[in-house]
Amino acid sequence: MTDGPEPATAEAEAIWKSFGRTKALQDVSVSIRPGECHALVGRNGAGKSTLVGILTGLSKPDSGTVRLYGEPAPGLGDRSAWQERVACVYQRSMVVPSLSVAENIFLNRNDRALVRWRELRRQARRLLLDWGFDLDVDSPASELSVEQKQVVEIARALASGARFLILDEPTASLESHAVERLFERIRRVKTSGVAILYISHHLEEIYEICDRTTVLRDGKRIVTAPVAELDQDRLVGAMVGGDLAQTIRDTAPVQETTAGRLRLAVRALSVQTPLGSVEDVSLEVAAGECVGLFGLRGSGTAAIADAVAGLVKPAAGTIELDGRPLRPGKVDAALERGVGYVPEDRHARGFVPTLGVAENLTLPILRRISRWGIVSAARRREEAERLGKRLQIVSSGADQPLAELSGGNQQKVVVGRALASRPGLLVVVSPTVGVDVASKEALLGVVEDAREHGTAVLLVSDDLDELRICTRVLVVHRGRIVKELREPPWDRHELIAAAEGLESASAA
Amino acid sequence: MTDAAIERPEVVRRPARRLLLGSVRELALVPAIAVLFVAGIVESPAFFTTANFSNTAQFSAALGLVVVAESLILLTGSFDLSLQSIYGLAPMIGAWLIVPKDGQGLGTNWNPAFGILVVMGIGAAVGLFNGFMIVKLKFNAFIFTLAMLILLAGLQQGIVSGRTIYEMPPSFIYLGSAYWGGFPVSAWATGAVFLAAGLFLRYHRTGRAIYAVGGNLEAARAAGIKVDRIRIGVFTVAGTLAAIAGLMIAGQVVAVTANQGNNLIFTVFAAAVIGGIALEGGRGRMLGAFTGVVLLGLVNNVLVLRNTSTFWIDAANGAIILLALGLARAVALVRA
Repeated sequence: MTDGPEPATAEAEAIWKSFGRTKALQDVSVSIRPGECHALVGRNGAGKSTLVGILTGLSKPDSGTVRLYGEPAPGLGDRSAWQERVACVYQRSMVVPSLSVAENIFLNRNDRALVRWRELRRQARRLLLDWGFDLDVDSPASELSVEQKQVVEIARALASGARFLILDEPTASLESHAVERLFERIRRVKTSGVAILYISHHLEEIYEICDRTTVLRDGKRIVTAPVAELDQDRLVGAMVGGDLAQTIRDTAPVQETTAGRLRLAVRALSVQTPLGSVEDVSLEVAAGECVGLFGLRGSGTAAIADAVAGLVKPAAGTIELDGRPLRPGKVDAALERGVGYVPEDRHARGFVPTLGVAENLTLPILRRISRWGIVSAARRREEAERLGKRLQIVSSGADQPLAELSGGNQQKVVVGRALASRPGLLVVVSPTVGVDVASKEALLGVVEDAREHGTAVLLVSDDLDELRICTRVLVVHRGRIVKELREPPWDRHELIAAAEGLESASAA
Repeated sequence: MTDAAIERPEVVRRPARRLLLGSVRELALVPAIAVLFVAGIVESPAFFTTANFSNTAQFSAALGLVVVAESLILLTGSFDLSLQSIYGLAPMIGAWLIVPKDGQGLGTNWNPAFGILVVMGIGAAVGLFNGFMIVKLKFNAFIFTLAMLILLAGLQQGIVSGRTIYEMPPSFIYLGSAYWGGFPVSAWATGAVFLAAGLFLRYHRTGRAIYAVGGNLEAARAAGIKVDRIRIGVFTVAGTLAAIAGLMIAGQVVAVTANQGNNLIFTVFAAAVIGGIALEGGRGRMLGAFTGVVLLGLVNNVLVLRNTSTFWIDAANGAIILLALGLARAVALVRA
């Protein structure tokens, strides 16, 4: 139709972006053509979110240019111009539940002061029909399924005139039939010339729906190639980096544990949480052992940890500690039986920002440090000092509110709190997310130290680096344990392939 | 999907500065109280007298007790509007059961000691009910306790058809009318409750757990604190305290009117908040709430001594509250 090469729908050229000392993107270029589904893959922290932020006008690159439909991108403040050009469908639903489908599609796009309801409904109906989406425009959004809400978001994006869609983990919470229908819709909008940037951790999907793939690692573009030319081994290799045979940091050939007495026994556990679910999972952890649970976000690893810690009540299955069953869904019962817990989201569950370091550290052991209910200040200080020294917590004093501490030190307090009760079983979820390197070493050192002193450790992580303190690793994919590795050092390639659901790749 | 997190540099603040500012919040009202003192002395020779302080203390005692009650709930991150109706209804029913028919009683003529137990029991029961409905059944605290406020106030009117109960026996009004060492028993009692609550919050493990619950509910739960029990517990204790406060005021005026407690809750919130109890929970101390009560009591006292028209007292109260809030906000901004 056009003469000469058709311009790319979206084009980022030589983008650099840093946050403080962290170089989030280094000289990254990517272009997405009309009618193309372009996959963007990379591990957490590879720079995907930063790139999406730049392509949607939420942040400005330090250098480099973004072009949309062959024209320079609008200014950062011009939100409506961005909305007309690019739309991002996030994992988290952006649908207003109290409004109807039609209103959601044309959210904040009324040109007039008064709503013309008939016109609104008519246009919504025509739009859905044009794109072949089957939805009743009058139903309230609160009654829609996850899949239908996603359709509303895609329709909203297309209604604004954007012909560039970014889908961020669109299948994360869809069941398999819904995934197929989503792919069908993607194919349909593609044929109309819409360009799609598709972000997913599930690599098998990329082979099914995408045309080209760009792999990011540590803020750099590693490769861009048609999916047909990039087999799974090369793809995983590009994501993981280095020599494929390279393993996670040469740890001292592990400390073969004097496999102690069995501490934790999980049998046929099924748990449903909004952030991931598992079906029929069994595992065991012995004293002096650190078992890693490796899986992608949402794979269900954190659900297992929450169930063991008593934060959620399992739908089925038993959890036994030292041979006796734990009362399901009771945190205080688990705590009393000697379960220490480091939650995933430290801001939501980890600490009380208004209270001081010493108080936060001793929260689970208030009973032990008090007599006739009166908390002994001396014993609190003593415990806090012991833990503070062990974890190298930096604060201006034991009374400094946690809100004033750096992320690394906050996390040290959360881990210290779990250790305060001298637990026989330590359940740790992503203990070093978002902390600096020095804190990371200190935190992992403390967990390892606890294990060497006979504590059983269950470490949930999606960070390969954290797994180096494990003595055994279980890989979880979509709610099931798909692999067990017993011999450290761990093979990065094997771990990632299993977690991404690529069993074949690990056979090599 | 988080990108490499940006680590902030270690924040190490000078402890001395923090310590000073930490108490500033609690003592923010002291200058205002001092100003009121000076104003009182200048305005009236009757101000700086034992009799006047004794009166002012009595005037503030019942309010203070309800402020302790509400502050306990506020610290856990919730609140109860219906405390003012407990304050009215509980002593009303207690008195109704013990005074003779010609004192507007029911005619059952119960033993006064039993009547006092009924007063406290009603307070505890309503508090427990509110706590249960809000914590366990997850009703919205505002709308649920507002409905309770209206319902209980209505019962209070209905039971006596809007009349006033009087002729109460001495033991029933003792708390509100007796004096110890020249000072009203009610003031001693409220002072003791403030002190006990302050020490409890500071040194008892349940007191510390209350701060943890209000500061971050999920973190408290993850630390094994029995969160629901504590939240319902403070509602129950607060209901009981509000009932005792009602008994106090009934003793002071030697009667229970059908609208005892009306509009009290606004003053209670005002005293707690200007005293530094955070509405969002987890922050504030009894010392601060106490200065809030003292401030409001003095304002009233000075205005009365100046012979300010009673019709202007509410407006003056409102202005003082706004002023105190402005001051507290300024302190918060300096800290941040």
